[in-house]
Amino acid sequence: MRIAVCVKQVPNPDTPAAVFRVDETARELVLPPGQPLAMSPFDEQALEAALRIRDELGGTVGISALTLGPDASRSVLKHALAMGADEGVLLADPALLSGDSYATALALAAAVRKLGAVDLVLAGRQAADTDAGAVGIGMAELLGWTAVTFAKEVRVAGATARVTRVLDDGLETVEAPLPLVVTVSNELGAPRKPSLRETMRAARKPVAAWGAGELGLAAQRAGAAGARRVRERLFVPARESHCEFIAGATPQEQASALARCMRDAKLL
Amino acid sequence: MAAGVLVVTEIALGKPVAPVYELLGLAGRLAAGTSGKVEAALLGRGIEGCASDLIARGAERVYLADEGALADYEPERWVARLVRIARESGPAAILLPHTTLGADLAPRLAFRLDTAVAAGCVEIARDSGRLLFTRPCYGGSFRETLSMRTAPAVATVRGGCHEAAARDPRRKGEVVRVEASTAEPAPRMNVVARERTVSDGMRLEEARVVVAGGRGLEGADGFVLLAELAQALGGAVGASRVPCDLGWCPHSMQIGLTGKTVAPEVYIAVGISGAGHHMAGCGNAGNIIAINTDREAAIYGQARWGLVGDYRQVIPPLIAAIREIHATARKSE
Ligand SMILES: Cc1cc2nc3c(=O)[nH]c(=O)nc-3n(C[C@H](O)[C@H](O)[C@H](O)COP(=O)(O)OP(=O)(O)OC[C@H]3O[C@@H](n4cnc5c(N)ncnc54)[C@H](O)[C@@H]3O)c2cc1C
Repeated sequence: MRIAVCVKQVPNPDTPAAVFRVDETARELVLPPGQPLAMSPFDEQALEAALRIRDELGGTVGISALTLGPDASRSVLKHALAMGADEGVLLADPALLSGDSYATALALAAAVRKLGAVDLVLAGRQAADTDAGAVGIGMAELLGWTAVTFAKEVRVAGATARVTRVLDDGLETVEAPLPLVVTVSNELGAPRKPSLRETMRAARKPVAAWGAGELGLAAQRAGAAGARRVRERLFVPARESHCEFIAGATPQEQASALARCMRDAKLL
Repeated sequence: MAAGVLVVTEIALGKPVAPVYELLGLAGRLAAGTSGKVEAALLGRGIEGCASDLIARGAERVYLADEGALADYEPERWVARLVRIARESGPAAILLPHTTLGADLAPRLAFRLDTAVAAGCVEIARDSGRLLFTRPCYGGSFRETLSMRTAPAVATVRGGCHEAAARDPRRKGEVVRVEASTAEPAPRMNVVARERTVSDGMRLEEARVVVAGGRGLEGADGFVLLAELAQALGGAVGASRVPCDLGWCPHSMQIGLTGKTVAPEVYIAVGISGAGHHMAGCGNAGNIIAINTDREAAIYGQARWGLVGDYRQVIPPLIAAIREIHATARKSE
């Protein structure tokens, strides 16, 4: 069985927003040099889901990590290999970059086709930078596969996957035949840390680099040229709140004062 | 050029969820002054009665698919039916609430219609004929405004960002039935179990008051105290992601970028630091009250009132003070 996991490199999501600068003309976020980049957390959990499947089913499971991004994204593949993926695929051809969810899904779906014999694609529920949540589902649509979203648990038995999904008001378990795309949510739990042994082995694992030509994508459909969404503006939202701190010598006094504020504002 | 707006209705407990009314209000404003109509797609079982409700809220046409097979949301059936509705309606935009259902459905619909999607929008505007979609990104710390090169544009919209359409029973609209077609493929996925979180009936998204707890509660016990405060205020209890991940409360209580979006009149954040990821789900609350031991916590930057203190010492007297005010008010009635 072959699992392809889509992983994206993003600014470390714990980086305080104040560190970033908005380039209004390029409509891009600028990260000062030296700021850490990381694998988007939900993608790390998608990889963890793949590793758990392999832990359960054993050695017949092969895991390929796919990333689309600039050359620096190689480090996110390295991390995936150190966590336990068997091989990496880097889509760093400039013709594939700066697209939107559509162009990205198109390139990743083409990479899955090129890998061949993939039974399961796992992706994070959304990337921690764009927060869009469309690539995984879009890949399924483009491949003609089923998509199951917001997974808390993914198990495979024979040609069927059993996925527990997180809903607004609880959980649901669905069964779907392979091949399948599953998007993974944080409820899956913490991903494993790379072990020293896997990190050493990672250096010897293969990483392929494919461009638009190898994926059979015409230039006008790929990357920025193929994007359907245009970013017109990027900005910091205005916050116009002025906080009134509640005074009081004791917690009791503070509590009564807050209750009075709420009453006077007709909120009680 | 198409100018109409199609709103996809999500039903809970037999009626449209509140954000649907907000989408109809928004659709009305976007279609105003154009040749476009406000239309709604209504899918489910035993939901025919909701059509008149949608019309009273501004839908000029309701595409109705009322049948057993659509009783529970099943993406493949829903997408197939909605694609047919979208082709018939030919709107400029298709709007869905930004719920789990909407976030699952919108990208499918966009790719099936060979177009693009904007998720979690907080604002949609018309600017000399084209539509602009504004949404939080980078964990809620930034916003981007998007335009689309393809039509129809599909968008999910966060709750509490737009004024709901007022109900006017004199409004007229037509109901168009969209029956099952034999070309619709059988769904490949199959629900084998469903486990609903028991709630006391009030939907977090619709509560007028939300009391939310974070890591600062330091354990599940804190939520018992918050439930008592919520009860005194007639509200519901929510949480930041941390207590959900730590198992102090169910995941269905998570508020934020990847949880629920709420916009109550009063939002009391207890032991929550105010990360962008969290505020993306509650930043539109009418009045934010923060209770936190750390005076420097980011949450105070978005709060109307801040109470610096340990929640264990503050909440019990706060409950008592609220009950006393209620009792006094009752006496004077
Ligand atoms: C991609 C991504 C998506 C995310 N999505 C979400 C999301 O949807 N929702 C969400 O909430 N988070 C989300 N997060 C997590 C988010 O970044 C924060 O980590 C989280 O919101 C912090 O939760 P918190 O405020 O409860 O905890 P902390 O940041 O640890 O804050 C705890 C606060 O409690 C205070 N405190 C401690 N003791 C007490 C006491 N006794 N009384 C009063 N106050 C006390 C502290 O001063 C502190 O301010 C996401 C993160 C990522 C990377």
